Amino acid sequence: MSEINQDTLHARFQLAFSDFTLATDLQLPGRGVTALFGHSGSGKTTLLRCIAGLQRPDSGFLQVRGQVWQDSTKGVFLPTHQRPLGYVFQEASLFPHLTARKNIDYGRKRATQSANDAELAAIVDMLGIGHLLDKIPAQLSGGERQRVGIARALALKPQVLLMDEPLAALDLKRKQEILPFLERLHRELDIPILYVTHSPQEVTQLADHLVVLEAGKVVASGALAETLTRLDSPMAQGKQASTVLQVQVCGHEPEFHLSQVQFAGGVLSLPYQQAAVVGTALRLRVYARDVSITLQQAKQTSILNVLPADITGMAHDREGRTMIRLNLGGVPLLAHITQKSAVQLGLQKGTPVFAQIKATAIL
Amino acid sequence: MRLYQCQPMLSAGDWSAIWLTFKLASLTTLILLLIGTPLAWHLARTRRWWKAPLSAVVALPIVLPPTVLGFYLLITMGPKGPIGQLTASLGLGTLPFTFSGLVIASVFYSLPFVVQPIQNAFETLDMRLMEAASTLRAKPLDAFFSVALPMARPGFLTACILGFAHTVGEFGVVLMIGGNIPDKTRVVSVQIYDHVESMEYAQAHWLAGGMVVFSFIVLLLMYTLNRGIRMPKP
Repeated sequence: MSEINQDTLHARFQLAFSDFTLATDLQLPGRGVTALFGHSGSGKTTLLRCIAGLQRPDSGFLQVRGQVWQDSTKGVFLPTHQRPLGYVFQEASLFPHLTARKNIDYGRKRATQSANDAELAAIVDMLGIGHLLDKIPAQLSGGERQRVGIARALALKPQVLLMDEPLAALDLKRKQEILPFLERLHRELDIPILYVTHSPQEVTQLADHLVVLEAGKVVASGALAETLTRLDSPMAQGKQASTVLQVQVCGHEPEFHLSQVQFAGGVLSLPYQQAAVVGTALRLRVYARDVSITLQQAKQTSILNVLPADITGMAHDREGRTMIRLNLGGVPLLAHITQKSAVQLGLQKGTPVFAQIKATAIL
Repeated sequence: MRLYQCQPMLSAGDWSAIWLTFKLASLTTLILLLIGTPLAWHLARTRRWWKAPLSAVVALPIVLPPTVLGFYLLITMGPKGPIGQLTASLGLGTLPFTFSGLVIASVFYSLPFVVQPIQNAFETLDMRLMEAASTLRAKPLDAFFSVALPMARPGFLTACILGFAHTVGEFGVVLMIGGNIPDKTRVVSVQIYDHVESMEYAQAHWLAGGMVVFSFIVLLLMYTLNRGIRMPKP
């Protein structure tokens, strides 16, 4: 046990179903958002339910911030109501017979350590639900219900927040309405958040760490940028493959409707970020299909963003595509090009190249 | 005939029967709620093999003639039956032809009418809400009382009304177990029978008509209330 960091979440579970087996051994960071990503049936929700104690695995060990919640070798199993966690369900699962306020107070009243009135006011304010408190769930929209559900979980002052596809049941408009609140949650909370999703969009927008599950097994786990660009990870393949860049706004060109941002790999231009003053941190999503490669820096090109890079990995798929992992000053970036181009340019691991990034491709 | 016309609408004997009926039905309903709720929860949740046989046993009084039920209860509670010997050895005497015996018989007789509505309500309960309650630090029993019970309220209302009304309406079991002892076991349905036997049709009319009106109002109440408080979808 000595090698286990007190600040991490250590989850090891074995659970056999008739059609698949969950077998995980994960060390997750004690802060930030960890996305549990996978397709339906990959076991991501089952993993979350095991952590919550809602599902009892055949064998398991779970330690959160230095406290053992579960250890099947010693017969330790804290029932769900004794685990200091917050859980946000896919369907909000608010109690229909109680108002939003009473839903929030339900857990607050029962928890040994819960938010006081001032802290609750801050939570209500952060989620923008002050005007909804006296309504019953049937009078709330899906997005509002989900925000009340998040407030209900946060009012418990949990040691870890578990979120099971909180946006999956919402339409695109409601998702856009609730995502800013989740980003705020991410910035303002000091507790680890485990976030189950099947949406690469939500992963790139919210996660710091990424765990990719397939058929009950962990196929990749690590910091977001690293894990997204692992060529053997399912997320690096397909049209949605993308990279996340953490950048800082360093200038504006309103006359061209552009802004400049900088990161370790250089300076990028992107569509004008009116709301972001110089110095603001931004998170950019760059699709692999929008990154192309040249051997020489083109002098006359319409592409604004051309940055020097090294090839650190290459993989071919069965559809004539080559996935290339680039290194831009220590920052990984994915590029999808045709296999033909890769051959014609003689690209290999270690080749110094220039990455051309379409500015409009950046979120 | 002149004598009857002078009498009030309901005699002292009629009022006694009404009071006894009310007492019997209330007590039976209360006991059934206490027994029926855990039984209904178990039947709604269990996936074990005994679910079907247990459900069938609970439902038996719906299809059996009350005389059959009464006959076997009479035998088991009588001096030679197992329950009769137990009560006798405890110094309680035997239960047939007492009010307590009538209550026990009524509990069996009305069991399905209380268990089934509650069971239906528990079966439609979204178990995710119980999980949500547990993530909000509610112990299982706490979650049951604070979430499952309020959500199942329409089912409980139906169960109370049906259990009460069905007990009021019983006749065969009463005759078999309770007999016809004034102030002890002579309930309204038996009193009506007595009136008819004695050709006191006017008296019988007041009680019988009263039963019709009572039953109609009770059912009307049930259908109206249950429409009014139907739970919103989560």
